[in-house]
Amino acid sequence: MAAVAVIATSALTMRFGHVTALDGLTVDLPTGVTGLIGANGAGKSTLIKILLGLLPASSGRAEVLGLDVGTAGSQIRERVGYMPEHDCLPPDVTATELVAHLARMSGLPATAARERTADTLRHVGLYEERYRPIGGYSTGMKQRVKLAQALVHDPALVLLDEPTNGLDPAGREDMLGLVRRIGTDFGISVLVTSHLLGEVERVCDHVVVIDAGVLLSSSATADVTAVSGALTVEVTERASDLAALLQRGGVRVRPADPHAVGTGAAPAPERAAGALTVLEVELRDETTYDLVRDAVADLGVGLVRMQRRRHRIADLFAGEPESPA
Amino acid sequence: MTSPAGTTPSGGRPPAEQGVIYDIGYRNYTGPRLGRRHTTRALLVESLRGAYGLGRSTRSKVFPMILFAIMCAPAVVIVAVVNATHAHTLPLAYPSYFTQLQVVAAIYVAAQAPQTVSRDLRFHTMPLYLSRPLRRNDYVLAKFAAMTGAMLVLLAAPLVILYAGALLARLPLWEQTRGLLQGLAGAALLALILAGIGLVIAALTPRRGLGVAAIVTVLLVAVAVAGAVQGIAHTQGNDTLAGYGGLLAPFTLVDGVQVWLFGTTTNAVAGPPGTTGGLVFALVSLAVVAGSYGLLLLRYRKVSVS
Repeated sequence: MAAVAVIATSALTMRFGHVTALDGLTVDLPTGVTGLIGANGAGKSTLIKILLGLLPASSGRAEVLGLDVGTAGSQIRERVGYMPEHDCLPPDVTATELVAHLARMSGLPATAARERTADTLRHVGLYEERYRPIGGYSTGMKQRVKLAQALVHDPALVLLDEPTNGLDPAGREDMLGLVRRIGTDFGISVLVTSHLLGEVERVCDHVVVIDAGVLLSSSATADVTAVSGALTVEVTERASDLAALLQRGGVRVRPADPHAVGTGAAPAPERAAGALTVLEVELRDETTYDLVRDAVADLGVGLVRMQRRRHRIADLFAGEPESPA
Repeated sequence: MTSPAGTTPSGGRPPAEQGVIYDIGYRNYTGPRLGRRHTTRALLVESLRGAYGLGRSTRSKVFPMILFAIMCAPAVVIVAVVNATHAHTLPLAYPSYFTQLQVVAAIYVAAQAPQTVSRDLRFHTMPLYLSRPLRRNDYVLAKFAAMTGAMLVLLAAPLVILYAGALLARLPLWEQTRGLLQGLAGAALLALILAGIGLVIAALTPRRGLGVAAIVTVLLVAVAVAGAVQGIAHTQGNDTLAGYGGLLAPFTLVDGVQVWLFGTTTNAVAGPPGTTGGLVFALVSLAVVAGSYGLLLLRYRKVSVS
């Protein structure tokens, strides 16, 4: 990995009394879009506060953009944008007024603040509504304003704390698309936190998983996908027979978790509760497709779908795919 | 999407002339990034404007503007009367003006101090400030200065009107100028004290209504208690106690400092007793200002980032 680390921590520990929020976290994050995954209380927000230079760590070191968080907090915050998780917008001002004011708070001169505000609000997809008071905005629009204020001073890095929180599925897609664009089109490194594993992997170059303040894994998503491919195969019936048949053909098969199937469509409840219909098949090479096709034809069952998918973050926890018992 | 005006590159007009908006893509900012001094000043100016509803909705302009008008109205009337009757002095000395309108000043600080600080607490806007180069102390400094400035505008504007009217009536220039300067000095001290008390109370609660009620109550109760103590002591012939009773309310406190500094006649039941009394009034004033500033710094040390 030749990329320069935008965030580097070593043995970073944070204790609040008896609670250890971060426990010896050592991780280097490259430029690009990085997902920070962990359950609520895993230490994500604590890490962000330390990275912004607002919370002194109990021990260990952290550097952001090559600057030490303990001594160069102001300089870091000048070049970093932060989108808080919770609602933080006053309702009685317009998006334009708020974002322009916050641009000035980041050190931009008045004229530049106005120009950047107009540009940034357009980039996050706020148009005419930006002249209306924020109190009347939908959740999705508010999230866009929060994102705009984090980008308005053209930071080198943005820290996005749960940007998809409270959004409907379409809103989530839009927000994730924006996050991806920030990394690729805008050239700004992104650290995006989420407790939803499947969500961020699609837009991230790199994924860090923490749990109870301990680093579980840190790896590039491209690496993960390259190591092994998997094929999701859904049939109308007799999936166990199909699995047996495929295993005889020499590929590894396991029943897929119906809730984790990344199609966006909710699995039919009777299927999820009842007989197995979805399989996860190891994709060795092109011949695997033929193998599945032939096996399905031999059994005479209906093939609902056969879908190549990227490795999910969940598999990072699960380890090696196991054969069905 | 072919345009009817011809699609060949050579024959087509430049796209801008066809009124098509093209996404010019993300542009990086290469201009200057100004330091904390600049951002503190920008926050000060924004908050000062906000204290009069400027740059906010029309609804938030109404109340401060009405109070400002009420504060200035007596000065306008006095000026009109003095000019019409060709009087030789102003009927009201500059340093006495705020005493007559202390209720208006109290209501203004009660209404606008929560507007200045509890808004950011109530809507959890503080993380947006704290994640920027500005430090907590810069925020407190900007807000304190803005609130003081807003109070000073309210207290000084009628004095300036009086001064302009006095000059128009050809009253003695030096005497009027001295009176104005004394009045402005008192106004500045009162602005600092009221801003300090108002902001400390407002910063304790994110709820605006509660802040407004608390500030009005504290100020008016202080005035009542000071008046009662002074009155009772005075009728019992204890003028020293009557004098020190003025320490209990901001308005009589500043009045006492003016008496000590400029030798003006007191507007309270009794002025500070002697030089010692004057010194005590001045020290208490400074302690109130420094104390409220210190309390605000402490309060904002505890404000969380998320």
